[in-house]
Amino acid sequence: MKLILALVFLASGVAFADVSVPQLDIGKGGHCVDDPKFMRLNHGDLLKHQRTITVHQGIRGKYSLAACVDCHASRKNNSVIGTDRNFCQGCHVYAAVKLDCFECHSSRPTTVGMTEGGK
Amino acid sequence: MNSGRRQFIGRGGAMLAGLAIAPGMLLYDLAHGRPASGAVRWGMLIDTSRCESGCDDCVKACNKENGLSGGTGPADVQWIRKLELKDSRTGRGVSLPMMCQHCEEPPCVDVCPTAASFKRADGIVLVDRHLCIGCRYCMMACPYKARSFVHEPVHDQKPDVPRGKGTVESCTLCVQRVDRGETTACAEACAKAGHKAILFGNLNDPGSEISRRIKAVASTQIRADLGLNPGLHYEGL
Amino acid sequence: MDLLQARRDTRIFYLLVGLGALVVAAGLVAAHYMEEYGHIVTGMNNQIVWGMPHVFAIFMIVAASGVLNVASIGSVFGKPPYKTRAPLSGLLSIALLAGGLSVLMLDLGRPERIIVAATHFNPTSVFAWNVFLYSGLFAFVGIYLWTMMEKRMNPWSRPAGLLVFVWRIILTTGTGMIFALLVARQAYGTAILPPMFIVMSFAWGLAVFYIVQAAMYGWNEMELNPAILKRLKNLLGLFILSVIYLVAVYHVTNFARHAAFERFILAEGGIYPMLFWGGYVFLGSVLPLFLIYFPRLGGKHHVLVASMLVISGSFCLLYVLIIGGQAFPLSIFPGYEARSSFGDGQIGSYAPSLPEILLGCGGLGVSFLITTIGVRALNFMPRDENTQAGD
Repeated sequence: MKLILALVFLASGVAFADVSVPQLDIGKGGHCVDDPKFMRLNHGDLLKHQRTITVHQGIRGKYSLAACVDCHASRKNNSVIGTDRNFCQGCHVYAAVKLDCFECHSSRPTTVGMTEGGK
Repeated sequence: MNSGRRQFIGRGGAMLAGLAIAPGMLLYDLAHGRPASGAVRWGMLIDTSRCESGCDDCVKACNKENGLSGGTGPADVQWIRKLELKDSRTGRGVSLPMMCQHCEEPPCVDVCPTAASFKRADGIVLVDRHLCIGCRYCMMACPYKARSFVHEPVHDQKPDVPRGKGTVESCTLCVQRVDRGETTACAEACAKAGHKAILFGNLNDPGSEISRRIKAVASTQIRADLGLNPGLHYEGL
Repeated sequence: MDLLQARRDTRIFYLLVGLGALVVAAGLVAAHYMEEYGHIVTGMNNQIVWGMPHVFAIFMIVAASGVLNVASIGSVFGKPPYKTRAPLSGLLSIALLAGGLSVLMLDLGRPERIIVAATHFNPTSVFAWNVFLYSGLFAFVGIYLWTMMEKRMNPWSRPAGLLVFVWRIILTTGTGMIFALLVARQAYGTAILPPMFIVMSFAWGLAVFYIVQAAMYGWNEMELNPAILKRLKNLLGLFILSVIYLVAVYHVTNFARHAAFERFILAEGGIYPMLFWGGYVFLGSVLPLFLIYFPRLGGKHHVLVASMLVISGSFCLLYVLIIGGQAFPLSIFPGYEARSSFGDGQIGSYAPSLPEILLGCGGLGVSFLITTIGVRALNFMPRDENTQAGD
């Protein structure tokens, strides 16, 4: 799966530049915690590793999902999902990889748009 | 392009190998957080004589902190609840908050088939919701009825309290706050209401307020007969 | 058999398969509905965390082990009339286990993550042991069937049968242990549960076996050898009595520890005492014993009805044990009356919903389909021509 994803990204950037690559709304953006190309390839594994040490050891490190959301939530709908231009959903729809983080995790940034009470 | 791809994959591979060799121990991780330590045992001392009957500020604070609906139907999630007790012989009334007791020997952890229920090094009992398959055996095993199953899809979760349908959850001792060095939402709310019935602290530190108090006054653990050594102690029962 | 007869048989076979498939489909739709909306659409809640699906599943899993009794008596203890029935008993075991596990799996809050149960294993969990025990039973019964149905493998059928015998006793112990280890609950946490489950498995498994055998004989217009009927019915009677004995011991000893709970479950708890006395004791035990032992009764039809009653009784008993056992409030503060927003000190309410019942029936459908296709495709017919009933 990783390899296929890698191919999709590289191919979309170089060989098939005319294919309609997702036009992503990267939100606030700015400096990523790591090289964007590296993140594109490895964010899945990094998040998985981070989640394990966060949940089990309480180490809240730099590859946190909440941090991704903080920077990349669209300013339009205040989320990383919702439309095919949103940061997470746009790419995952394009790559046809199921995204189920946000059934449990908040897709909205920590700082704004927090709703109280939940549900 | 080919070499570029190779380079990416190679770097990714090297990184992943690094992750695999020393999980949780990479330098950048340590720079961003310290693992929960076994030298600490988080616990609570609840003084029931200070807990006011009818007051549920702790419950409200918990719901707010953790993004719970606050519903009290039989299928609604409740991490903390107020119990009103009446001594069957004397008629004496006692009011107290009830939640996960963060046992040293948690039955929920013993019975969980996937090891989703676990105890952190600092004694906080949690559910890794990435591993929970929703079998509810832990709810059957818990002597305190501390756990809830999420019966419905959840929306608008708190960013630092992920929760979702089909998994089991319970009081996390506000782990997100504890990791920031803060006290729990319930203890804070109780103090704010002027009751100060909930004392949160490190049971392993002989100098901590909770340790000194437990040494000084009589307290009990609920269902102490089961030998689970809960982290929660109650006074005035 | 003439051509017309064969055609008619084929038609009925496809009709049965169609019916079975329909029930399974209904179960799958129900499971999907439960997954889509969450368990809120079931009657289960935070007090009654295990409900109707578990009654169905545990019945099937317990019966799956018990139905092997017939094979064990044949292979392990070398009784020819049982030996010829061993293949059918193996097939039924696989069918029931598959049905029960399907229900258990589809009732999970996160059924799509079932693979986690294989990748993350907690050695202290009885549930995790059971994952091993269940998959082991599939494998060993499969091997056992192979040794019986493949002539060259026949010499191995005795050791294979012995392995299955030991395995299934451990398996049912494991199933009973799920409850026996719940020390905090008044209904469970007693060492009598695993042996009770084993004896229950004998009775329920034999009842299932008898019904299937009767259907197969009826289909093929064959008559069951009266001497063998007598053996089977006496065995069933003995098993029913043994279950009553253990259930009685369970309740009497539990009364000494948790009198309030026992008063609830046996007298004051509304539906639970009703199901216990009316469903399990009268319909599921006394009436079948009467049908089996009363002079001039005990014919093949009586035993068939008795078997069906035993199965109905087993559902009542499991309902009382599983759901009744959770309905009574936990004793968290002995000596105090408790009240809270979370059902403390109150009897839990539970009303089974259609989806969970359909899911349970879907599991029975799975068992039915596997059995129907199995006996059609392969030769599972018990034949007594060459055996002496008196052996």
